[in-house]
Formats: sequence, C-alpha cells, structure tokens
Amino acid sequence: MRRLAAFGRFWWDFVVGDDPLTALGVAIALGATAALADDGLAAWWLLPLAVVLVLWVSLRRAAR
Amino acid sequence: MTAAFLVLSAFLASAVEMVEALTIVLASGLARGWRSSLAGVGAATVALAAIVAALGPALTVIPLDGLRLVVGALLLVFGLQWLRKAILRASGYKALHDEDAIFARELADAERAPRDERAGLDWYGFTLSFKGVLLEGLEVAFIVLTFGSTQGSIPLAAAGAAAALALVASVGVAVRAPLARVPENAMKFAVGAMLTTFGIFWGAEGAGAHWPGDDASLPGVLAYVCLASFVLVRLLRRRRALGLAGAGA
Repeated sequence: MRRLAAFGRFWWDFVVGDDPLTALGVAIALGATAALADDGLAAWWLLPLAVVLVLWVSLRRAAR
Repeated sequence: MTAAFLVLSAFLASAVEMVEALTIVLASGLARGWRSSLAGVGAATVALAAIVAALGPALTVIPLDGLRLVVGALLLVFGLQWLRKAILRASGYKALHDEDAIFARELADAERAPRDERAGLDWYGFTLSFKGVLLEGLEVAFIVLTFGSTQGSIPLAAAGAAAALALVASVGVAVRAPLARVPENAMKFAVGAMLTTFGIFWGAEGAGAHWPGDDASLPGVLAYVCLASFVLVRLLRRRRALGLAGAGA
C-alpha cells in the first residue's frame, strides 16, 4: 500500500509539479475551448489567452 | 517547419536533462568509482528503453484527436512548469541553476555515504547514477514520445534526442567536469516556450478548435508565447525592483 502511494506521489510530482493550480487552470481552459468549439464558435483564441493568464497568476503566487 | 520545431524541441529538452544527469553521474563516478556508476547508467538506459518500447506503440493506436487533447494538456502543464522556473530565474526571484554547486553537493554527499557492496557493485554509486539517469531520462522519453506520436514521427523526435545525447556525452567525456557553461536557463526558457506552444496548438485542436492557417499558425503561437514570457519577465523584474526599493526605504 505504501509503495502504491509512493508510486502515485511520484507520478503526481512528475506530471503536476509544484503548482497544482496551473494544471487545474489548463484543464478548465481546455474544457472551455471544447465547449466553444462544440457550439460551432471560433475557439482557437481562448487557449493562448488563458495560458498566459494562468502563467501570470502562478508567477505572482511564486513571487509573493 | 513543424519537423524543424520537432527536432529542435526534442534536442533542447534532451540536452538540458542530459546536462543534469551528467552532473549526477560524474559525482557518482568520481566519488564511488566508475564501474558502479556506469552500471547504474546502463541499467537506467535499459529501463528507459523498456518504457519507450512499451508506451510508443500504445500511443500510436489512440485516435489522433484524443491523443492531441491529452498530449496538449500534458505539454502545457510541463511547458508552463519550465517557463515558470525560467521566468522566476530570469527575473531574480529564484537562484540560477548552478551545475558547479550541485556537483560539489552531490560529490560531498557521495563521499560521505557508507560503502554497501551488492552483486560486486557499490550500491550507493549504482543507485545514484540509476536514479539520476532514469528520472532525467523519463522527461526526455515523455517529450520524444508525445511529440513524435502526435506529429506522426517518433524517429524524427528520437533523432533530436540522440543528437543531444551524443553532444552532451562527448563533451562530458572530454572535460570530465559538470557542464557549467551551458546557458541552462536560456535553454530551459526555449524548451518551455516550445512545449507551451505545441501544448496550446495540439490542446486546442484536440478540443475541437481549428487554427487559422492550420500548421502555418505554429510560428505565430511561438512568437506570442515568447513575447508574453518576455513581458512577464519585465513585469516581475519591475515588481522585484520596487519591492527592494520599498524595503530599503
């Protein structure tokens, strides 16, 4: 059980890293892009804007 | 154009990770002996090859849109982590990666550790090299596999990684010292920008969006990510300078 937890922790650290909010922001932005595209609207512009916003929020939190 | 991006991204990402792995292997080899250290490198290489052999074909059977969405999301999370660290270092909020200091620390730790022999190998030297190469190599394998499978050319991405391995290994053997003069933060910045660019491009496509001009929009996305990163560095530098001035007043 402990090994399984360590294995899970390793992959969490490897993929998500030290800022889980970045991963959450990316997931929300991708979901919003999919919702826009699903409604037949132009959706390509959303992800670039969202990514820079997520990065700025993450940097501000790190620089506090 | 996309092929050049692919090779360059795989090359730069691999070079950065291999410089870090080389520092660990050198410390292990010098402090604990080359036999155990190189055995660790060999075992880690075999483990990485097994991971690539198992995951590579599995990735190619996933439908392209689903693959691009998952890979785009992962590349974005990875790329933003790299960019975040590079921007924090460039703006002075985080210390620059110092391979000399890391080497000295690893060397001191390796010299202090007690000797434990297993299967004729110094276990500390073996595991230190093994872990270093496996962990740094896992990131390289991930980038090569995801870039390669999404772009339909794993061999092209692997060629970029192989070129980086040849370069770093030959320079490492020649100088037998950590490669402290490599402009690591600039390289991390470039890799972060490229991972983020591909992540934005593939993530949006996987989510069902269509880019104006299709693949031709990639350089535009890259320029946008680079410009935004430089603006963020400037904003953080200004913020830091104002904070320091406020603290000094």
